[in-house]
Amino acid sequence: MRRFLARLTLLLGVATTATAFGAEVSVAVAANFTAPMQKIAQSFEQDTGHKAVLAFGSTGNFYAQIKNGAPFQILLAADSATPARLEAEGAGVVNSRFTYATGTLVLWSKQAALVDDKGDVLRTAKFDHLAVANPKLAPFGAAAIETLSALGLMQSLQPKLVQGENIAQTYQFIATGNAPLGFVALSQVFADGRIKEGSTWIVPASLHKPIQQDAVLLTPGKNSPAAAALLRFLRGAKARAIMQSFGYGP
Amino acid sequence: MLDPAALEAITLTLQLASLTTLLLLLVATPIAWWLARSPSWWRGPVGALVTLPLVLPPTVLGFYLLVALGPQGPIGQLTQALGWGTLSFTFTGLLLGSVIYSLPFAVQPIQHAFEAMGQRPMEVAATLRAKPLDAFFSVALPLARPGFITAAILSFAHTVGEFGVVLMIGGNIPGKTRVVSTQIYGHVEAMEYAQAHWLAGGMLVFSFVVLLGLNLLNRKTARVMP
Repeated sequence: MRRFLARLTLLLGVATTATAFGAEVSVAVAANFTAPMQKIAQSFEQDTGHKAVLAFGSTGNFYAQIKNGAPFQILLAADSATPARLEAEGAGVVNSRFTYATGTLVLWSKQAALVDDKGDVLRTAKFDHLAVANPKLAPFGAAAIETLSALGLMQSLQPKLVQGENIAQTYQFIATGNAPLGFVALSQVFADGRIKEGSTWIVPASLHKPIQQDAVLLTPGKNSPAAAALLRFLRGAKARAIMQSFGYGP
Repeated sequence: MLDPAALEAITLTLQLASLTTLLLLLVATPIAWWLARSPSWWRGPVGALVTLPLVLPPTVLGFYLLVALGPQGPIGQLTQALGWGTLSFTFTGLLLGSVIYSLPFAVQPIQHAFEAMGQRPMEVAATLRAKPLDAFFSVALPLARPGFITAAILSFAHTVGEFGVVLMIGGNIPGKTRVVSTQIYGHVEAMEYAQAHWLAGGMLVFSFVVLLGLNLLNRKTARVMP
């Protein structure tokens, strides 16, 4: 019996050590943060030995899933309201929230010369559809609407608006040419420090409220060393540099 | 309770479903007739093609439609050449998507009804010197009536329940492309669960009533026709 117990202790010891060296952390990631997060997860795995298992989707969907028992340990939201709400409702760990990135809004077209660097194209009649993300669901959509209002163009452009369910679908509308131009996240059209294709106008931050994206530790991740390590990693210099290369601000 | 936006979505959904059903009956009847009676080898491939929307995920259909309807896509180039512009984000575009999406639900019941009828009624009509077209309208169509009713009800209900295709080619425009299913999705995503419940509950009851009605109707026709 004693030998059995000793073996069991040994076994448990090995198991715990294994966890400490390479545990998994499951992360729900806002769709707009897909590209940078894939790189960050790679770098995180190399540095710490932990593995970040990523699920991408819309923040509203994740909220519903988390409230209904989804086993995510961290939420990287597209806004700051959802993490705050999860914390207030007891699904998030108190005092674990922080802003991991600030998004940059761009007006983008796949056509080379359609969008000028001041956004004056919005005042012309050169297009029949303008794609935005649903402002009720996506912070980038809300920022796009705020921008149009600030420019005094909301009324004239309202009939031309088509809404994507999230920022990824909005991109799809423009990339397939169904909408000649639209508002997306800089991270979607930006790689290695430059615009991948087409023409863009980087919307000045003064035209809309900042797109603050907050992270929150969720209850299933409360005692997970891997979750804590990932949250630390997200604030570190390496993650910052990756975010910057995708056009995110601190 | 139901707000004006919800009522608008319901009206639009009913319009879309009615028009789709009407178009489908027109399109599906000749296809079903041909599938039921032709000796051609092409019956197999065409039958499979017509059934495809039944098994394909709506995202596949929606994605290909989005690409096809776009300015570089084959349908988009055709509609632009005709001076209609592109059909994505329009009611007409949704109508086209819905007809394709619900095609098997219209073709199959009608095809089965034609098959069940057999060759004999048409042969008898021919011996009575009815021209083929006359025989088709005065003999085949009335005999296949239960198939048409099933096809109409299923097409209507299936279009009301359509979601993925609308989401991908609609653009969520109130009064034009925002139907009940996408409205519910929007409410759920925006965490407006109370509004979502009203619409979602209504949808559940509607679908149940339609299927129950269909069931009762089928039992009745089964009893009438020996």
